[in-house]
Amino acid sequence: MKILVGIKRVVDYNVRVRVLPDGSGVDIDGVKMSINPFDEIALEEALRIKEAGKAAEVIVISCGTDECQQQLRTALAMGADRAIQVKTGSALQPLSTAQALLRVIEREQPGLVILGKQAIDDDNSQTGQMLAALWNRPQATFASKLVFEGEKLTVTREVDAGLETIEVDLPAVVTVDLRLNEPRFVKLPDIMKAKRKPLDVIPLEELGASLASNLDITRYAAPPLRQKGIRVENAAQLVQELKNRGLL
Amino acid sequence: MSEREIMQYDVIIVGAGPAGLTCAIRLKQIKPELNVAIIEKAAEVGAHIVSGAVIEPAPLDELLPGWRENPPPICVPVAKDELWYLTPTGRYRLPTPPQQNNHGNFIVSLGAMCAWLAPKAEALGVDIFPGYAASALHHTGDGAVGGVVIGDMGIDRAGVPKDTFTQGIEIHAPVTVIAEGCRGHLSKQLINQFKLDQHSDPQNYGIGLKELWRVKAGKSVPGLAQHTLGWPLDSSIYGGSFIYHLDKDRIALGFVVGLDYKDPEFSPFEAFQQMKHHPMIRNLLEGGEILSTGARAIVEGGYQALPVTEMPGAILIGDAAGLLNVPKIKGTHQAMRSGMLAAEHLAATAVASSAGFDARLRNSPVVKELHKVRNIRPAFYRGLWRGFVAAAIETVTAGKLPRTLKLHADYSALKKLAGYSPPDRHWVERNLPPRDRLASVYYAATEHDEEQPIHLQILQPDICITRCSEEYDHPCTRFCPAGVYEMVEDSNGKRLQINSANCVHCKTCDIKDPYQIINWVTPEGGSGPNYQNL
Ligand SMILES: Cc1cc2nc3c(=O)[nH]c(=O)nc-3n(C[C@H](O)[C@H](O)[C@H](O)COP(=O)(O)OP(=O)(O)OC[C@H]3O[C@@H](n4cnc5c(N)ncnc54)[C@H](O)[C@@H]3O)c2cc1C
Ligand code: SF4
Repeated sequence: MKILVGIKRVVDYNVRVRVLPDGSGVDIDGVKMSINPFDEIALEEALRIKEAGKAAEVIVISCGTDECQQQLRTALAMGADRAIQVKTGSALQPLSTAQALLRVIEREQPGLVILGKQAIDDDNSQTGQMLAALWNRPQATFASKLVFEGEKLTVTREVDAGLETIEVDLPAVVTVDLRLNEPRFVKLPDIMKAKRKPLDVIPLEELGASLASNLDITRYAAPPLRQKGIRVENAAQLVQELKNRGLL
Repeated sequence: MSEREIMQYDVIIVGAGPAGLTCAIRLKQIKPELNVAIIEKAAEVGAHIVSGAVIEPAPLDELLPGWRENPPPICVPVAKDELWYLTPTGRYRLPTPPQQNNHGNFIVSLGAMCAWLAPKAEALGVDIFPGYAASALHHTGDGAVGGVVIGDMGIDRAGVPKDTFTQGIEIHAPVTVIAEGCRGHLSKQLINQFKLDQHSDPQNYGIGLKELWRVKAGKSVPGLAQHTLGWPLDSSIYGGSFIYHLDKDRIALGFVVGLDYKDPEFSPFEAFQQMKHHPMIRNLLEGGEILSTGARAIVEGGYQALPVTEMPGAILIGDAAGLLNVPKIKGTHQAMRSGMLAAEHLAATAVASSAGFDARLRNSPVVKELHKVRNIRPAFYRGLWRGFVAAAIETVTAGKLPRTLKLHADYSALKKLAGYSPPDRHWVERNLPPRDRLASVYYAATEHDEEQPIHLQILQPDICITRCSEEYDHPCTRFCPAGVYEMVEDSNGKRLQINSANCVHCKTCDIKDPYQIINWVTPEGGSGPNYQNL
């Protein structure tokens, strides 16, 4: 079985994101970029499945500009066997990404597709679900545990009410949550090995996926600043202050 | 634990700053067949670099002719120099000393410049490994340096390997080039082990704090390089500020203080924040926003403190060797020139060898430049004004007077509480951000996995409670720019709490602690600040 893992290049989670003065986007000048943390967990899981002898090959895929090759190389150093860049001129919206992934799935015929539950830049949480619908295969989102039983996969999901366990037929799309695993560190010699692993570049046009953008982003803005707190002397004053603000 | 994996190179370089990157590029230019690697503890090249920086371009011209057609992302030619003496509310224009004449120089972000140099090195075939710390040295059987050990990853606070434990590897090479910058962790070990400083004066340091701002449109004057002296420091403290006007309404401003200050209650961070409230600077900043902040020690000992820069199997270059020119407050050109010199030296023999590097360096323009200005910094030991007079004399005579002033160790300058009362520095109420050190560290985007062992080792913790309480009142809680050290009192009594996750790797504590019981060691690779364009 082949496993296909989607990864996205995003602003690193430690970076303090700043909106550009004209509201046209966020400032990524000189900012550290990383693999979306949920995608890293997806890759870790795929590697563990392969190491347990349940998969033959792990392929990582990223849709984006040539810069995302940096993240693909990191994924190869973590242990993926080969990488595919679907080359685009700009960032894709979830539907376009799902369409591009579908085209690659048709070529590669993976038995399992693992994605992060969402990318930490736009927090859309749509690609996995859209892909399952387009592909017409089962989906198991927000996974915190995967267990294989023959042609079936038992997935524990993190849902609002707690945990839910479902069974899906393969091939399927799984999107993963934070608690699934802790990704490994990359070993230095593996960075050298990754340089020699195959990384195929496929222009988006060649895949025939549509690039119609169905979302218009009008403006980016920072959340309003939190008001400075005040110190109250006693409970009575606290009640008064709350009343003044119409909170009591 | 199993045997460590070993990788073999012809030359291994520790640190992807201007010194290390230049050395690597030059090595491959001269001898493309050499296998060269650079280890860098920051997650990305440049992310641990804090500098002004106004740089002299000559070494860049030599290394990469034609760079001016494709300059680094932040690179503004200096159009005008200004030096101001500040009083709490006023200012006087001073003549720019010749060392600070910046005609022909460029204002850059040194971090961004290193990130720009790295792919050039990689294109020549250099293997750069950001996110890995050289945590220890590897010695060969005869005691020579034989390479470095990369730190293990995935160890918990108690030192026990976690599920993600990944053993670090060893990198072996005939020569290890130490380019760790100021007060490197391996440099410190090597200087002690090989007694490289036995014939030189103790090293002197400063601390530099920096903020990058985006100011209101029209306020910055791209290419203007301003320096100030005076307020908020009293004349017993060596230091001042820089305000460099970049493009896109950005201003790089910073504050440098000699770590030989005497006042145990002094806080360099607070002094920097005060300086921003001088009317001249406040006007510039009001209405703007902070983009990034950082802090880093600066090496200031110059000629007198220059250690022997070679030992069997290793050499020191750049700030690790202490090559910064203090009156110019510039170390980048010295770092790059020493990197090129090292490359030429190592490429000259069939197998790279450290022997003879020290003599080569001392006979080069790099050390000649330090010799000329050797008496300027120590002249300021006795205060700002005497320092000025002495500096003027040294400059006019180009350092030819047959005398050399002595240096003493910074930590030994700190006065005990009992005998010291600080002068009134006329400090003001502040209202520009950041409010405090925690708010400031936020803009440094620093990160350390909280589960890893604390990388700030206190060799004798009892001293903090017993002697230091009495004698100095815990200066670590003030000199650390990131608020890492905190004294807390609970049911178990008073103790030192180390918020190591906030550390920005400036190395000030390792230098200024009066008992010399703080030892900074490398945390897990990739930890630390994520500076943006500093
Ligand atoms: C506030 C401030 C302002 C300055 N202004 C100017 C200026 O205007 N002009 C100028 O020319 N110079 C200026 N300097 C000085 C200049 O920045 C330094 O001289 C220069 O950076 C030295 O270069 P380097 O390569 O020797 O070391 P660094 O630039 O310090 O680089 C060392 C690198 O090694 C890495 N490293 C260290 N230890 C390890 C380890 N054990 N394992 C792996 N990696 C490691 C570090 O992360 C870092 O990336 C300023 C410095 C400061 C702090
Ligand atoms: S703990 Fe030491 S090295 Fe870290 S920020 Fe504070 S003074 Fe600098």
